[in-house]
Amino acid sequence: MDNLTWTGSLGTILDPILFILVTILAISIVVQIIMSLFVEAPTLQSNPDGSLIARGGAYGLVSKVTNWSFLGTVAVLAAYLIGGVVMPYGSAGIVGAMAKQFLPVWIALIVTYALSIYYKRRLGLYGKLFDSTVGMIGFGLVMFWVFTAIFAGVFDLIATHDPLAQEAVMKNKVPGTYIRGAEDEGLWPHYLLGGDNLARDNFSRMIHGSWVVVRIAPLATMFAFMVGITLGLPAGYYGGKLDTFLSFLANLILAFPVILLFYLLVTPEMTQTGLPSFMAAVLFLFPIIFVTVLVNSRFHTQPPKRNIILGAALFVMVWLYLSLISQPVTVIDFLPASMDLFNIPGGILVVFVSVVFVNSPTVFRIVRGLAMDIKTRDYVAAAQTRGEGPWYIMLWEILPNARGPLIVDFCLRIGYTTILLGTLGFFGLGLPPESPDWGSTINEGRRLLQIYIHPVLPPALALLSLVLGLNLLADGLREESLKD
Amino acid sequence: MGLFIIRRLGVMLLTALCLTFVVFFLTNLQPNLEKLAKTEASMRMSDEQVVSWLENRGYNRNVFIKYGEWLGVVPGYVIEDDEGNVRGRCIPSGGTVEDASTFCGVFQGYWGFSTVFKDGVWEIVTVRLGLTAWLMFYVMLVMVPGALIIGVLAGMREGSKLDRSLSTVSILTTATPEYVSGVVFIAIFTSSAVGLKWFNGSATSATDDITFVNFTLPVMTIALYGMGYIARMTRASMTEVMTAQYIRTARLKGVSFRNIVMRHALRNALIAPFTVIMLQFPWLLNGVVIVETLFNYKGFGWTLVQAAGNNDIELLLGVSVVSVFVVLITQLISDIGYVFLNPRIRIS
Repeated sequence: MDNLTWTGSLGTILDPILFILVTILAISIVVQIIMSLFVEAPTLQSNPDGSLIARGGAYGLVSKVTNWSFLGTVAVLAAYLIGGVVMPYGSAGIVGAMAKQFLPVWIALIVTYALSIYYKRRLGLYGKLFDSTVGMIGFGLVMFWVFTAIFAGVFDLIATHDPLAQEAVMKNKVPGTYIRGAEDEGLWPHYLLGGDNLARDNFSRMIHGSWVVVRIAPLATMFAFMVGITLGLPAGYYGGKLDTFLSFLANLILAFPVILLFYLLVTPEMTQTGLPSFMAAVLFLFPIIFVTVLVNSRFHTQPPKRNIILGAALFVMVWLYLSLISQPVTVIDFLPASMDLFNIPGGILVVFVSVVFVNSPTVFRIVRGLAMDIKTRDYVAAAQTRGEGPWYIMLWEILPNARGPLIVDFCLRIGYTTILLGTLGFFGLGLPPESPDWGSTINEGRRLLQIYIHPVLPPALALLSLVLGLNLLADGLREESLKD
Repeated sequence: MGLFIIRRLGVMLLTALCLTFVVFFLTNLQPNLEKLAKTEASMRMSDEQVVSWLENRGYNRNVFIKYGEWLGVVPGYVIEDDEGNVRGRCIPSGGTVEDASTFCGVFQGYWGFSTVFKDGVWEIVTVRLGLTAWLMFYVMLVMVPGALIIGVLAGMREGSKLDRSLSTVSILTTATPEYVSGVVFIAIFTSSAVGLKWFNGSATSATDDITFVNFTLPVMTIALYGMGYIARMTRASMTEVMTAQYIRTARLKGVSFRNIVMRHALRNALIAPFTVIMLQFPWLLNGVVIVETLFNYKGFGWTLVQAAGNNDIELLLGVSVVSVFVVLITQLISDIGYVFLNPRIRIS
């Protein structure tokens, strides 16, 4: 077998076409923008017979060129992917081989989109997302990485090599290099995106890096929301001394430079003191409080029903909570091993806790502001007149009506958490140094960046595309929720 | 207004006290002190040696007393060890016990001594802060006008092609953290693999002499991340102003579009971005830490990383005091500035 080129035999036809189309697209967009400053935008003219015509002129012509060259570019890119999937391994180059590896992701994406678009009228806000192009692109990017992470992390599908395995000959080799003698050892014959300084496969590391992010970021954001909502609602609803105190605490944490906080909290020494375990014990208590109050405020007039629901929920959550905070070898270790469901490695726990800790004050401020705004509405006054308790009003009247901005912020905040995780990796804090997460990989590769750029660019672009997807998704959601 | 500022200053002092205490507490935890002892004296010290090393330098005492000493409200320690050496917090290097003053802390203007750089904290922080000030100055010079122009151009005709292209660009920049854009810039503009080699991948030489070649990439990296956010805020504010009644009146009077944007809309549209720009300072601080590490520019952020990585307690405290005050003062300025800029609040 030979080394792979980027696009293989497909490239001989498609590369020139792509180059020409992209050039036309870029030029036409620039021309269009310059023209829009001087020429009046094309208007629609209605004819007496009820039909409409767009008065184009030069501007309309350029805009047509933009649209067609954009469609052409997309079609060529799709041809690369489809060609890669269909053609035998190696003949479509690195891009084709990667497209083939991602096949499960493509299928999952197509199924998701087909089902969602077919049923979109019944799916509420999620369905409306498929009315906005921006939202669809964002959702696509996010789901691409989510599916990749799940297929790679759970089913061990997409990655070609073990992300930690080293092949000595492959140190810093360029993308598509053939591994000599790979077939005999039963290895994948190529390093698709080259090897890093420790001769590990960049492609597999990038794929497995997504699993680290997808496991931590959404869950950490959810915990931050639980903490922020549980504290922010009473602060906004009651106001007064409680609000002053909680806001002071939130501002205190917000005034800390995030990186200083990380450097203080996420160190092996700090894990020894057990401080992260105590913080975890406090922070993870909030979901339990939240659910308890949520159920109790709704069903306290029907004690039997409340007891059943609350009992079941509390049993599951308390057990999870206890097995979560009880870790062997750390300060909090009380649960017998037979009852301990799972253990989180100390490094991951401290990363998780500090990310939740950094995010919660911002969520608190948002929820507090929303609660202060909504508590003046008529339906809140109506509930008060009905004699509902304060927690019922907060959780069942105010919170559902604040969901729009909160969902949008949730998407943005997952992106921000991803950036924070990358920052931690970049400074080599928390996660083990051989961990394939994107931040650590960037940190490792940057020392030789002036000579070898291929170990750094894949994780950098992966992180960029995931965060961009989340931002676009939030934008689409905001747009659609404003239409109501 | 005066009362408001005084109250805010009071809250600021309280916040600074709380935060420095948190930093002090965390850096003075036992494992951190042991690490400090081992890096300072010798890695192969036995546990007893570590304890006596810490005892002799006054580390093994109540954290509140130590914090009081740092503040300068508790007399500095004087400890005599087994060999008869006398060490004291307030004894100047080379001096004797008689030279020492009773109190030496922040209130007396003594910020402590850095164990990493072997120099006074105040001297280190002021020098490094000066270097970072240059970085910030150029970042502001690029970021603020850039963001305002993008925002105003995008917001003046909502939904146009220009608006959509510029909004996409600003979303893209907010989604690119500094360590991603930084490495992409280095890869494209400095590496031998791409071969452009237009700029320097390291800004170390900029400490003495700032040039276009060594300072462009760090400045662009920080500016880009903040730019998108400010531009989006400016755009939102601009679109809101452009739909206002008085703009429609102006348009019906026959004022040209250029004049509407420049003379009627712009002033009102720039009130909201002002607060956003001031509130960006804390974020810039983060960016500065990342970029100074990435480009090896030995400024304030680089010092923070060095101090935190080596558990240099007093330097870390100095650094956190400065950064906390930067955050709180910018918040204060943004509040006051908002009141002054907004005629609706100013006149009522």
